[in-house]
Amino acid sequence: MDSFRPVAEAARGSRSAAVARALRLRRRRLGQVPWALALPGFAALVAFHFAAIGFGAYYAFTNWNGLAHSSWVGLRNFREIVDDASARGALWHTLELAGGFVVLTNAIGLALALGLNRAVKTRHLLRSLFFLPVALSPLAIAYIWGWIFYYQGALNRVLGSVGLSSLKRDWLGNPSTALWSILVVMVWQFSGLAMVLYLAGLQSVSEDIYEAMLVDGASPWFRFRKVVLPLLAPAMTVSATLTLIIGLRVFDQLKALTDGQPVGATETLALEVYQQTFYLLRFGYGAALALILTALITVFALTQLALLRRNEQRL
Amino acid sequence: MGLARYSRATFLRELALILVAAVFCLPLYLLVAIALDTTAQSFKTPLSFPWPPHFGNFAQAWHAGGLGNLGHALESSLIITVSSVACLLVLGSLCAYAVARRQGRLSNVLYVLFVLGIILPFQLAIIPLYVAMRHLGLVGNYAGMILLNVGLLMPLTVFLYTGFIRALPRDYEEAARVDGAGLLRTYARVVFPLLWPITATAAVLVGIIVWNEFFVALIFLAGTRYQTLPVALYNFAGEYVARWNLVFAGVLIAIAPVLAFYLFAQRQLIRGFSGGVKG
Repeated sequence: MDSFRPVAEAARGSRSAAVARALRLRRRRLGQVPWALALPGFAALVAFHFAAIGFGAYYAFTNWNGLAHSSWVGLRNFREIVDDASARGALWHTLELAGGFVVLTNAIGLALALGLNRAVKTRHLLRSLFFLPVALSPLAIAYIWGWIFYYQGALNRVLGSVGLSSLKRDWLGNPSTALWSILVVMVWQFSGLAMVLYLAGLQSVSEDIYEAMLVDGASPWFRFRKVVLPLLAPAMTVSATLTLIIGLRVFDQLKALTDGQPVGATETLALEVYQQTFYLLRFGYGAALALILTALITVFALTQLALLRRNEQRL
Repeated sequence: MGLARYSRATFLRELALILVAAVFCLPLYLLVAIALDTTAQSFKTPLSFPWPPHFGNFAQAWHAGGLGNLGHALESSLIITVSSVACLLVLGSLCAYAVARRQGRLSNVLYVLFVLGIILPFQLAIIPLYVAMRHLGLVGNYAGMILLNVGLLMPLTVFLYTGFIRALPRDYEEAARVDGAGLLRTYARVVFPLLWPITATAAVLVGIIVWNEFFVALIFLAGTRYQTLPVALYNFAGEYVARWNLVFAGVLIAIAPVLAFYLFAQRQLIRGFSGGVKG
């Protein structure tokens, strides 16, 4: 009888293989989700993003004013932007604000996350507090800071009462401090966002590794450099990219507090796009500015993503 | 997290953090203190907390500004946010279901396109969209604003759902299909309920973004009776320049719903933002 066993097993094996194949076939027939379900979402993506950006890019090369017919003007809008000091200023301020925003928000967010990560008893409460402004309207927050920076506002009152009256100034009305005051508003609101992203990254740092290093007597810097930082790399990628995009798009705080003033010191690309397109109705010129903003965000964000991803692998 | 020792260094660190948090909260203290000031107090003693508090600013802020006032704006914001989020959750999850469950090149390409849609700013897209929607009579009303929110936030919604569905086992839906349930019935009865955690996260994240959105609402709704809270607040603050106690009362009215919401939805919001870290 023994000699039959392999045959029986082979038969059983082929039968189960056949059953599995039939199951797989049925599964494929039943389980295949039709692409039709994706249609509304895909249509929204195409209509509101790619097609709209395509049309917008076309406007950038016309002199359209939103009403009459338009004609192709080639690079004239872009030449005008390059020749216009206020448009050049807007480009420069956008980069300054976004650069400062990414560096400060991530530095503060990382510091808060490292401080809050372990052992601290009030960490849940503190995390909620630091993250709270992220949920609030940037416009509403801007008004609160508007009073702090106002000539008779909180900052000057505090400076006056500690004997630093010489530093008092109209923070938002002074061309040399206005842009940096706006930066403070942005950093205050979004440091909690970076913190939360770094805290999520820190959760992947295993307690065992960390304690083993403590026992081995590794220095704090060594622990940070060799254990914490590599594990934080994905969080840094997400946080830096997200804050970069927020920084380059900044609009609400400026519209509320300075509207580009004083003397264009806080003019940015998003503000100029709004002003030129929807206030002066220069659709072609506004589209050219918006195209520059789009190119900036896309190139910067994708480059940053690629660089950080590469570093992630190296760490 | 394991049981880390609570040493002296930890205690000092905790103390330092609490101090930082106290300074960090000063703007919020000022907001409440000044919103409760009389006009005279707001100029003389703005830094001290007014006692007794003066609640009259809220009534005045609530009614100022005619048809586009904060009271009406609260209603508009609610209608626009709830409708936009509902459409996004239904259409976004369906779309993500197909993208996540189909395998192969097309599905990967679509996923990348949706991610690109998140990164691309809407400042350029909004110009032709404004022109097209003006032709279609969709500027200055709810329908247009809701459509716009759904279109602009679709990539983010699909991205959130796709990541979640990819990690979800197929067993339940396959069992339902084998038992003879149709595709849509399977989706509505089996798949969608399983998506509840990400639905909550997406609803909170997208809802907050729509609620606070200012740039697009300013272009499409400013000056109409359908304007949302940020637009109404912008007009209100512009009208009452330097009447800080009134402006701050308006600001508090505008952020109060989110403040209340934050108390129980912050976990979802944090999860929504940090989704990219783990994925």
